[in-house]
Amino acid sequence: MKLKKSFAYALRHSLPIFAGFIPLGLAYGVLMQNAGYNALWTGAVCLFPFSGSLQFLMISFFTGSVSLVTVAVMALLVNSRHIFYGISFIETFRRFGAWKYYLIYTLCDENYSLHCSAKVDEDMDERWTYVFTATLVWLYWLIPCVLGGLIGSLISFDMTGIDFALTALFVTILLDQMKEAASRLPAALAVVSSVVCLLVFGPDNFILPSLIITVAALTVLRRTIAPGKECA
Amino acid sequence: MEIDVTRSLIIIAICTACTFLERALPFVVFRGREVPPVVRYLGTVLPMAIMATLVIYCIRDIRFTAPGTCLPYLIGIAVTALAHLWKRNSLLSIALGTAVYMVMVQTVFA
Repeated sequence: MKLKKSFAYALRHSLPIFAGFIPLGLAYGVLMQNAGYNALWTGAVCLFPFSGSLQFLMISFFTGSVSLVTVAVMALLVNSRHIFYGISFIETFRRFGAWKYYLIYTLCDENYSLHCSAKVDEDMDERWTYVFTATLVWLYWLIPCVLGGLIGSLISFDMTGIDFALTALFVTILLDQMKEAASRLPAALAVVSSVVCLLVFGPDNFILPSLIITVAALTVLRRTIAPGKECA
Repeated sequence: MEIDVTRSLIIIAICTACTFLERALPFVVFRGREVPPVVRYLGTVLPMAIMATLVIYCIRDIRFTAPGTCLPYLIGIAVTALAHLWKRNSLLSIALGTAVYMVMVQTVFA
């Protein structure tokens, strides 16, 4: 019963991700196919690195002649924001035994957003709610990618713009967090830092410097943002 | 097109390892010990900051000099936010915002 409730919640909570992933996944499958990599390869890449932005970059690694050192450096850079995601789950995931590794492995932008905004009720199982969510998101990505490789060129329905669902998801989660949090300063700091870094470093390189500045500012301002808490 | 299977598999292995290492870093650093208060504090305030950063990340390519690139995003985000402030129903807000965005990029700003 608890499992059923957890699954129903995970499904309802994660559904917008599917809408966002359908066009991205189909496009990815088609691009891989055009690069000479069939649906089997596409499936393998989705299962293992499981990172949208890196996977698109990997197509250029496959078809180009960049050195493997460059591949590693680019892979680390493009996903450097993920370093910050685990900080919010260090203690939560500790309670989940070996599933911890699975949840870390699947901790992409979308799973991070869903885990952060999950409301686990008494009648749900906490660990399985996270595991179901991560698995659904994984399938949402895998299925359209593989379909894109198999039948992508046959699809004629105009889905342009449906990937906005991911942007909209982040907006709704942000609004919910701002409603519940004691201070809205973290969001304000992040917006200022992001916009400044976007102007200075450009759209491809702004996110890491922006997050470093945000973390520094949050640390300095911790007594203002969370007064009364023991922050040594 | 001829593909280099060995090289492709090595690329997949490298990318998998790098991604996992980054996602695992905080867990490795604080493995088996008490999480310091400042890190616990960051864990509670970072989600809001990162969500705001991800919203900016989604619209990183807009140009205010080209209305076709920024108006659909700004209107789509405004519709999503207003719907959410009004009803607090995530699926409804996301569906409405996405529908408005899709209509704009497929017709008005096509």
